Amino acid sequence: MKANAKSGKLTGLSERSSDIVLVVICAVILFLVAYPLYYVLVASVSNPYDVYAGKTFLLPSQFTLDGYKAVFSDPSILTGLLNSFKYTIVGTVFSVVVLYLAAYPLSIKNLPGRKFISIFFIITMYFGGGMVPTYLVVKETGLINNMWALFLPGGVAVGNMIIVRNFFENSIPKAMTEAAEIDGASKWTTFIRIVVPLSRSIMAVMVVFSMVAYWNDWFTSMIYLPSPSKAPLPLVLRNILIKSSASASQASTISGGFAELNKMTEMIKFSSIIIAATPMLIIYPFVQKYFEKGFMAGAVKG
Amino acid sequence: MSKNKRAAVSPGMMLERPLGKRIRDNWQLYAMLAVPIILTIIYKYIPMYGIQIAFRDYKASRGFAGSEWIGLEWFQRFFSAPTFGRMIKNTILLSFYSLLWGFPIPIILALMLNQMRFHKFKRATQTVLYAPHFISTMVICGMIRIFLSPSGGLINLIAGTSIDFLTESAAFRTIYIASGIWQDAGWGIIVYMATLSNVDTSLYEAAKVDGASMFQRILHIDIPELTSIMVLNLIMSAGGLMNVGFEKVWLLQTDLNKATSDVIAVYVYQQGIENAKYSYSTAVGLFNTAVNIILLIVVNKIAGKISEDTSFI
Repeated sequence: MKANAKSGKLTGLSERSSDIVLVVICAVILFLVAYPLYYVLVASVSNPYDVYAGKTFLLPSQFTLDGYKAVFSDPSILTGLLNSFKYTIVGTVFSVVVLYLAAYPLSIKNLPGRKFISIFFIITMYFGGGMVPTYLVVKETGLINNMWALFLPGGVAVGNMIIVRNFFENSIPKAMTEAAEIDGASKWTTFIRIVVPLSRSIMAVMVVFSMVAYWNDWFTSMIYLPSPSKAPLPLVLRNILIKSSASASQASTISGGFAELNKMTEMIKFSSIIIAATPMLIIYPFVQKYFEKGFMAGAVKG
Repeated sequence: MSKNKRAAVSPGMMLERPLGKRIRDNWQLYAMLAVPIILTIIYKYIPMYGIQIAFRDYKASRGFAGSEWIGLEWFQRFFSAPTFGRMIKNTILLSFYSLLWGFPIPIILALMLNQMRFHKFKRATQTVLYAPHFISTMVICGMIRIFLSPSGGLINLIAGTSIDFLTESAAFRTIYIASGIWQDAGWGIIVYMATLSNVDTSLYEAAKVDGASMFQRILHIDIPELTSIMVLNLIMSAGGLMNVGFEKVWLLQTDLNKATSDVIAVYVYQQGIENAKYSYSTAVGLFNTAVNIILLIVVNKIAGKISEDTSFI
């Protein structure tokens, strides 16, 4: 090692060998992370008997799309899929609007009461009423079996609110907002016409975070939306993936007896995993470059 | 020119105005805050007020404050529950082992990726590492069940065995922690990568000229940069030691692995939502929170003062 310091050539060589070691380690890690997903993808288009015989480690065996056909002809899964789309879209619009409504005023340094209101929100990050008192309030406000039970109790996502607030403070030029106000624009007009358009990057991140949260959620729905017709996709999948039971509709539509039903149940497991996971896996790479920036903005003391 | 001058003057002018005038000037901003504040009062602060039912015999008709006060009865009942000791032990051990394995891995990953000089490869690696974070717990647990199935599950196929892992108490923690690392270690690197991006690149160049190896650069440049954020993360994690997430444990629990999978969060759900024992469940949850707060204070004391620049508030 000490010899390396004296010879530039040797240093270059050790740099290159540590590069190679790094790439190899990263490749192994990549494989460990990606392979389980790849395996499910391959299994979802293979004959389930071959999957269980270990013939699909690398490539599909007896390629078939029957699993996907079965998923898309199952009424309960289709209802779940539609519900999930609805909850994700409405929830994301609502959450991002509320987030912005809270974040912008709190980014104005000379707003009287700013500090007090900030603390009012931040306290809820660390303390809460817990599962049952929150449930009782949701019940009292008449939201059981109402989709707004998924959005309203979440209120303001305070961690995200701080990230957005700091973005407003650090990345929107004060000169622009102040010039607009001096020219007679109201605070609201300034917000809509200048601040919102200039914050598209952070908004994209918040939209993705929010979509992911609503698309993947099932616990809130399980508690607040007991009616089966309101269940989002992950909750419908619970019967298939966790309880391993075929739904009644599958049992009645599949002819060929128990073995065939069993085979379909196994196929549906793989294909429904792919269907549930794919939309978010497609979306997040588009905003990936903002993740680190967002966290930096959030960590800078405001 | 004139714009700049105005911008420099106006904040001072604003401060000189009387408070009443400043509040009136900003009425639109307060109107914007109304919806978030009302939601927060109703769904965050009223439930906090509702915690008092832990000391009362809650009846829906009589409300939070109107129900009969019975003191610590629910807590006594919890402490004498047959599974009390097991739940405390499982909650703490599951959390502690998760922290023990889950804490260093993102740091090591971030330190490694930060040294990677091939930028496209680095970015692709990050993309793949983040992926599992965007998948629902439900789907993850479905995958775990498929992979661990005794007949034809991936793990048993590779090992040539037919073990039903989810019925083995001894395997539960390993399953929970390993899948947790698979899902979230990649996402955990972001905060460290962001911190490392602050390092002045000329430091690395200087170190290279001085003949420092990659390992030495990590040890003497990167790790000192990460120390304060690591301490902060550690303190926050320790404060959440009793916060074992409900979702995954509940989805992976079977009747046969309860010896290690029975945790407080699942109990709170079962008693509170499934059995509608509202007061009792609230008391158990409150006990859990109280232990967390004590842990947070203790760890914070041990770790000394957090450096001011890493505060998230």
